[in-house]
Amino acid sequence: MDNLIEIRWHGRGGQGAKTASLLLADAAFNTGKYIQGFPEYGPERMGAPITAYNRISSSPITIHSNIYEPDYVVVVDDTLLECVDVTAGLKENGAIVINTTKSADYLKSVLKGYNGNIYTIDARKISEEALGRYFPNTPMLAAIVKVSGIMTDEALLEDMKGSFKHKFAKKPEVIDGNMKALEMALKEVKKI
Amino acid sequence: MSIRERLSGNEAAATAMKQINPDVVAAFPITPSTEIPQYFSTFVANGAVDTEFVAVESEHSAMSACIGAEAAGSRAMTATSANGLSLMWEMIYIASSLRLPIVLSLVNRAVSGPLNIHNDHSDAMGVRDAGWIMLFSENNQEAYDNTLMAHRIAEHKDVMLPLMVCQDGFITSHSIENIELEEDEKVKEFVGEYHPEHYLLNKKEPIAVGPLDVQTYLFEHKAQQAKAMINAKKVILEVAKDFEKMTGRSYGFFEEYKLEDAEIAVVCMNSTAGTTKYVVDKLREKGIKAGLLKIRVYRPFPAEEIAEALSHLKAVAIFDKADSLNAAGGAVFEDVTSAMYVNQKNVPAVNYIYGIGGRDTKADDIEDVYTELLEIAKSGKVENPYRYFGLRKGGDKNAL
Repeated sequence: MDNLIEIRWHGRGGQGAKTASLLLADAAFNTGKYIQGFPEYGPERMGAPITAYNRISSSPITIHSNIYEPDYVVVVDDTLLECVDVTAGLKENGAIVINTTKSADYLKSVLKGYNGNIYTIDARKISEEALGRYFPNTPMLAAIVKVSGIMTDEALLEDMKGSFKHKFAKKPEVIDGNMKALEMALKEVKKI
Repeated sequence: MSIRERLSGNEAAATAMKQINPDVVAAFPITPSTEIPQYFSTFVANGAVDTEFVAVESEHSAMSACIGAEAAGSRAMTATSANGLSLMWEMIYIASSLRLPIVLSLVNRAVSGPLNIHNDHSDAMGVRDAGWIMLFSENNQEAYDNTLMAHRIAEHKDVMLPLMVCQDGFITSHSIENIELEEDEKVKEFVGEYHPEHYLLNKKEPIAVGPLDVQTYLFEHKAQQAKAMINAKKVILEVAKDFEKMTGRSYGFFEEYKLEDAEIAVVCMNSTAGTTKYVVDKLREKGIKAGLLKIRVYRPFPAEEIAEALSHLKAVAIFDKADSLNAAGGAVFEDVTSAMYVNQKNVPAVNYIYGIGGRDTKADDIEDVYTELLEIAKSGKVENPYRYFGLRKGGDKNAL
């Protein structure tokens, strides 16, 4: 499993980190990969820190533990940075993607000692502009695809269009907004 | 042609049930198996199956309804976990002693208390001597495949015993993974129709089911149950052979992973076997002759076969995801070591209790076990055979 990519998501209950990890698994599956997408279930409640995971590989995946040395970490809520050790075990040649508007200096100081790549994205702005409401998971999904290069932008957009049509069959009015959020996020995620 | 899909373990179990299209499903929801009856009730509502779905008020009633349905002559299924199975306890024994081939999807979870919704095998271990056939599943694929094979085994005239398909709660039940599904028509043909020999709704043969069975008969009936469990071994292998013809996927009593030339090995069940395979591969790269025996068929227990498969080892570790709290070791350990003793295979053996209440089973922890096995292999001695791994460390990590 040399080509195995492991991703850990940190979010708060209700923000859709679990859904985002399942959508990412779906999208990678559709490009022909072997995938795992699973949340770490605890006593969930709205606002509590939650963790979700993805494994993506071109060969079958047998390991069934949580992920301790991820290639990538996605932080859906920057208020977690001061209370959760989000870079624990994160590989230095990987990257962390954070939904934040905070300064590079602040981020470097709270991610104490982490020397790998840091990417940021303002998922709130994107979501509110594209959807009129704050759903950070869609922009974060696009951001991690862009940073990890799991698939091309085009492959993601095409696949997600299908997924959204299915997922939002009863409220098709949100499909365009979600697609717009993906497109904006693909452009706006940046390395600091 | 198999269908490439991605499903959670619960979705896999529910999909198998949909394709089987049983006459009756009676269930009461409990985490982490809730999604199985939830998805299934959607299939019923959408007309994808013509099953009678009985939304009962407890698990005791769920198993009772399955017993009634099977006794009447129909095919019945249910799903549960942990305390749901505990509440079924009385009826679990009645199902097997009345020789009703009910199929239960057991999504393994710790039995309370204190309250814990996460995975271990304490629920399954509590019914290991209840006369049910028990199949364990490493992943969503095996949960699906075992469910497709279940009725052919349980309903065989030489068997006629209920069967439970186990998988790990959350670890596989809630993880989306790749899976190969079979086409509906092929499954229908493979599973076949159920035509019981004796049943309550047969007006040509009035019978009683479950009347008083006194000193003069109960022993004989129990001996027949025991014989049925012995017969199940042959049937399980025959059904697996047919299943392989349909799918190309091969199943036995257990899976031997790099075991043939191994010097040290782990014996375990369910999802831990997948993580152990990853560790075995890693150790093999370092030149360590590590192997794995993954038990699929736990009841009937393939004692002779397991003893033979382990006989060449220099040391073996047997994992239990439930503690028997007997000051001696877990249930799988006792089964495996007694099988080895009776079959005169003398291999130093050690037991590890692990993963209790959903404690994550890390590859590193399993690697440490193999390191300890290397030491046992060298010395040929086991100082303390009843150990833990993954327990929060405070002093000696193996100390109880």
